[in-house]
Amino acid sequence: MDASVEAAVADAHRREWAFVLAATVRVTGDIDLAEECVQEAYARALTTWPDQGVPARPGAWLTTVARRRAIDLLRRNATHERVLPQLVGTGDDAPDVPGAPGSIDDDRLRLIFTCCHPALAPESQVALTLRLVCGLTTSEVARLFLVQEATMAARITRAKKKIAAARIPYRVPAADELPARIDAVLTVVHLVFTTGHTAPAGSDLVRTDLVERALHLSRMLRSLLPEDPDVAGVLALILLTDARRPSRTSADGTLTLLPDQDRSQWDADEIAEGLALVREALGRRPPGRFALMAAIAAVHAEAPTWSSTDWAELVGLYDLLVRIWPSPVVSLNRAVAIGFADGPAEGLAALDALAAEPQLATYGYLASARADFLRRLGRHDEAAAAYRRALALTDNAVEAEFLAARLAESEREARPAS
Amino acid sequence: MAEYLVLIYEDESAMEQADPSAWQTMMDGHMAFGEKHGASMRGGNALQPAGTATSIRGDGAGGFTITDGAFAETKEALGGYYLLEAADLDEAIALAKEIPAAFGGVEVRPVRPLG
Repeated sequence: MDASVEAAVADAHRREWAFVLAATVRVTGDIDLAEECVQEAYARALTTWPDQGVPARPGAWLTTVARRRAIDLLRRNATHERVLPQLVGTGDDAPDVPGAPGSIDDDRLRLIFTCCHPALAPESQVALTLRLVCGLTTSEVARLFLVQEATMAARITRAKKKIAAARIPYRVPAADELPARIDAVLTVVHLVFTTGHTAPAGSDLVRTDLVERALHLSRMLRSLLPEDPDVAGVLALILLTDARRPSRTSADGTLTLLPDQDRSQWDADEIAEGLALVREALGRRPPGRFALMAAIAAVHAEAPTWSSTDWAELVGLYDLLVRIWPSPVVSLNRAVAIGFADGPAEGLAALDALAAEPQLATYGYLASARADFLRRLGRHDEAAAAYRRALALTDNAVEAEFLAARLAESEREARPAS
Repeated sequence: MAEYLVLIYEDESAMEQADPSAWQTMMDGHMAFGEKHGASMRGGNALQPAGTATSIRGDGAGGFTITDGAFAETKEALGGYYLLEAADLDEAIALAKEIPAAFGGVEVRPVRPLG
């Protein structure tokens, strides 16, 4: 097999999967059948392209092959009188022509909105999006979320069954519903990103594959919904956060936090693109939560050093964010910003006001943020206790190693027990 | 088109303790819903409180166990239902949002066509 053909098929898989599947679903009216046909089209590409060359428009080629296969199978099914339940919204008026401007883009959006329908459980929305929009196999999705393949397969099957049985429509929502539904989609994309940015468990800090899927999804959304400020906000947030990736772990794999990161390693292109998008996202008043989160990331991206960070600006942004998106985690980040703007005692007081939040009871960052302020206040005994607590709450090996080092440092500083 | 059974679950004790005007508001809400969406309405009714329920379970050998009470004891009890016709889940959810359920909420279940 010619390596360049294999690479072309892999590239077409990454870039065009959603395009090809979305267009094929319109023909089949059934997600499973469409997936089968699209998989066959990619398999056909592997055997055909070495002889005939890689087509100029691989997506159109794959769509044609997948649709032809679907029509074949549907004809055969019709003779066997096995009629599939039609996905709602696929048999309607708009028969699209492959390559017609607008119609195909529309199909990809239909697919995304169906996968991220609020009637599906959040973990199913994420799984379906990675499986159907990104084209990952069930075992790949299972590995990304560290669950058994059988568990993930059952989750995906259950979600697909619900789409068919409850008639979740294959449609771009009406204008009045659109903002809420876009928010649901962006929540899924953001969750994919945060899961990859700091993996909840495992030996690596970052799951690069998840980060790249999130970036790919948000770029796709940006091209499909270029006017939407929240879409711009999510893409900006992901770019500005991901720009720090090279400096987050040192050469020996240990965690480096924001204050100690080598900012010259930050990805300047991602930052430039992200900053332009933030300005666009903030253009709408009042700004949405992703625009504000991106603006917070932008404050860090623009500071040449940790000590020159504009903490007052950050506290102001967190104040706005807490108002439109009240969550204990946002309040926690706000408290940390206060600690740097006004001093560790003020930060500690703001953190302790959150101690009773049940959602934060098992959230390691509360304990590690307290530990950090206690350490800066010279209260090393208490800092050590907080580091111990944070350590007990993380399953990520890189984070654990970092916290263990800080704990040892605090224990050394603490007065010996009398 | 498809049919959806919308089950109304509400907190019975909160309803009993509520002000009579809240009761009136609820009844007015149901009347208004029925008038506005008569075309989608395939049926619907209110139920007597869960305390009046009787559960019957076959033992698989021809016998039955009859017990006092609903199948599942929950804080919010099934108190009424609508059978609605809608094109898809989005339309059914839009209708369900208009059903008054100040003391709880509603569950939308697609009807499985048989035969």
